[in-house]
Amino acid sequence: MIDLGPHALFIVSAYCGVALVVAALIGWTLLDARRTERRLADLEARGIRRRSAGPAA
Amino acid sequence: MSAMTVVSAPKQRWWNRIAHPGQFVAWTRPLLWPLVLCTALLFAVGLWFAFFNSPQDYQMGDTVRIMYVHVPTAWLSQFVYATMAVSALGSLVWRHPLADVAMKAAAPLGASFTALALFTGSLWGRPTWGTFWEWDGRMTSTLVLLFIYLGIIALWRAFDDQLRGARVIAVFTLVGAVNIPIIKFSVDWWSTLHQPASVFRADGPRMPGSILTPLFVMFFAFTFLFITLQLKSMHTEIKRRRVMSLERRAVQGAADA
Repeated sequence: MIDLGPHALFIVSAYCGVALVVAALIGWTLLDARRTERRLADLEARGIRRRSAGPAA
Repeated sequence: MSAMTVVSAPKQRWWNRIAHPGQFVAWTRPLLWPLVLCTALLFAVGLWFAFFNSPQDYQMGDTVRIMYVHVPTAWLSQFVYATMAVSALGSLVWRHPLADVAMKAAAPLGASFTALALFTGSLWGRPTWGTFWEWDGRMTSTLVLLFIYLGIIALWRAFDDQLRGARVIAVFTLVGAVNIPIIKFSVDWWSTLHQPASVFRADGPRMPGSILTPLFVMFFAFTFLFITLQLKSMHTEIKRRRVMSLERRAVQGAADA
C-alpha cells in the first residue's frame, strides 16, 4: 500500500464509507429483486395471472 | 376505410414501445450484464489511477484523493434529482407509466449518493479547512437536498395507491427542483469555504491532466453504477406493481367465489 501521508485516516475512512454504502445499495437492490420475483412466482404458481397473460394453465 | 385502418393501427415508436412495462423489461434486461461489467471495469481503472497513478496535490497532499469519490457522488446527488424531475414531468404531462417507476426507483439511490457526498466532503474538509462542517450555502443546500430525498421516500411509503401517490410526489419533486440551481450557484452567491466550479468552466478545467484522468474515470464509474442500479430497481418496481395487482385479483377472486 502506498504511503498516504499524515491524513491517511481521513482518506481511508472516506473510501471505506463509500465502499460500505455502495455495497449496501447493491445488496439491497438484489435482495429486493429476489424477494419480489419470489412473490410473483408464488402468485403465478397459485394460478393467479394477469388477464393479458390468458387463463391459468 | 383505409384511413380507419391507419388510425386503428398506429406505427409504434420506441416511445410507445417502452411505455409498456413488460416490453421495457424485456428490452433492457440484456443491457444489465454489460452495464455491470462496464461499471466494474471503470471502478478498477479509476481506483488504480486514484491510488497508484496520480500525484499528490501541491497544497493538499494526499487528501486530494478524496476528491475522486467526493466529486462523483456530489455530481450524482444532483444528476439523480434531475432524473427524478424529468420523470416527474413525464408522469404529470404524458402520464407515462414508466416515469412513475423511474421516479420511485431513483429516490433511495439519490439519497445514498447525497449522504456519501456529505460524508466524504466532511472528511475532506477536516484536514484541508480545519472543520468537518460549516453552515454555508453549499453544505446547507446539499443537506436540504438529502432531506428532500428522504421526504420523497417517506411519501412513496405513505401512499397505498401508488398511481395517486405518483402525482403528489411528482409535484413535490418539481417544487424541490428549485434547490438544484441553488446548490450549483451557492458557491458564487455566498461566501463559502467551498471552492467554485473548477472542472466545467468556460475557460477550461483548472487541474492538470494527471488529476483530471482519475476524476473522469471515477465520474463515469459512479454514473454507470447509478444507471445499472436504476435499471435493476425499475425492473423490480415493475414486478412489485404486478405482484400488487395480482394480489388484488386474488382477493377479488376469493370474494367472488
